[in-house]
Amino acid sequence: MSEVEIRLTVNGRSCAGRCEPRKLLVDFLREDLGLTGTHIGCEHGICGACTILVDGAAARSCLLFAVQGEGAELVTVEGLAKENGELNPLQQAFHQHHALQCGFCTPGMLIAATDFLRLNPSPSRDEIREGLSAVLCRCTGYRNIVDAVEAAAPAMRAEKP
Amino acid sequence: MKPARFDYHRPASIDEAIAVLARYDGEARILAGGQSLVPMMNFRIATPAALVDINRIAALAHITVEGDIVRVGAMTRQREIEHSPVIKEKLPLLAEAIRLVGHLPTRSRGTVGGSIAHADPAAEIPMVLVALDGEVVAKGPKGERHIAARDLFQDALTTSLSSDEVLTEVRFPVMPANAGCALEEFSRRHGDFALTAIAAVIVRDGDKCTRAQLATGGVEPAPRRQSAAEAILMERGLGEEAIAAAAAKAAEGVEPLSDHHASGDYRRHLTRVLLERAVKRAIGARS
Repeated sequence: MSEVEIRLTVNGRSCAGRCEPRKLLVDFLREDLGLTGTHIGCEHGICGACTILVDGAAARSCLLFAVQGEGAELVTVEGLAKENGELNPLQQAFHQHHALQCGFCTPGMLIAATDFLRLNPSPSRDEIREGLSAVLCRCTGYRNIVDAVEAAAPAMRAEKP
Repeated sequence: MKPARFDYHRPASIDEAIAVLARYDGEARILAGGQSLVPMMNFRIATPAALVDINRIAALAHITVEGDIVRVGAMTRQREIEHSPVIKEKLPLLAEAIRLVGHLPTRSRGTVGGSIAHADPAAEIPMVLVALDGEVVAKGPKGERHIAARDLFQDALTTSLSSDEVLTEVRFPVMPANAGCALEEFSRRHGDFALTAIAAVIVRDGDKCTRAQLATGGVEPAPRRQSAAEAILMERGLGEEAIAAAAAKAAEGVEPLSDHHASGDYRRHLTRVLLERAVKRAIGARS
């Protein structure tokens, strides 16, 4: 099938492109829009590295076709920091708590945690573990990630629009 | 991997979707939440000639109560179910089950209808539909039909839906207000498919059991009601011994799957243990 036109909003900016319908949204973000912060891990919805916000809800961008994003509002890891590059409280907490080693899962962890903390602004440690079970990390053993999300929760609550 | 080429259609209505499906004569697939279909396409296990994306058909996403029935549009996201006060009140078993379906980001996209049409042996939503005696509504070129849950799930990943039909709605009977329920499952990690799952709905009158709905998931190729076990509870009540006998009966009667996740014997064992736990929790007893 011929290429299709796609228009969507990514991190508050209008974007457009053309691609085959079979192009995965994550590939469209990385290759066509140059947003390489979102990582591709397993390509079958298990590892969660490619998690982004689609109309406000965390979703696997390897399980969506770019064409499905038509008209959608996406937020990728590049959209979390402030305009001036200052990290948001969740990102700062990941930094302070050493919640990453190789960094491959980090974009997925940050986005999954963003969605999770909006739904559950004052979570217990067990709830954080369950909330983040959607993203696999092969380095940290998760402990520091849970620490970071726990530490960031009050500041993220305060930032809530 | 990346999916093979396909034609993409985004119909605006159910009738348009049916017309597109007919044109491809069984070679097109419906794209709902895509949480099972797209992985299969990325692996090229599935290579449909076309995808019929029903995500923009507004008429397919709703939760409404009509008398004793909760009508759930096929495209209703699992995330909607998770946060729906109607589901919590009318279908507490489904409310409990939904938290075990995948993970938060997969529930954002995954749908009720998609999970049922995919019919994974261990999926929770099909098991709940079977436990509650629900039905689905399917629409095709020959019109609309209702399919009872017991006639829907035929085998692993196999339903009685035809390839030219669109599953439009899922209908769950409202659970009695005095019913207790529980869903017990065992999986390697939270969010994984269960090696064995049991759904139980019990209405008790003292030690007497006036309604028992027990279903297994993940044990056999398709979810199934455990009617022999139900009969034991109805006849012998809800004492410790009756519950143990019902659990033993269910374990004896299943024809379990055996694979690299778990042996058949292990699934049989889990059937007994989890059924006992589920019934006890449904009636508020300690296990």
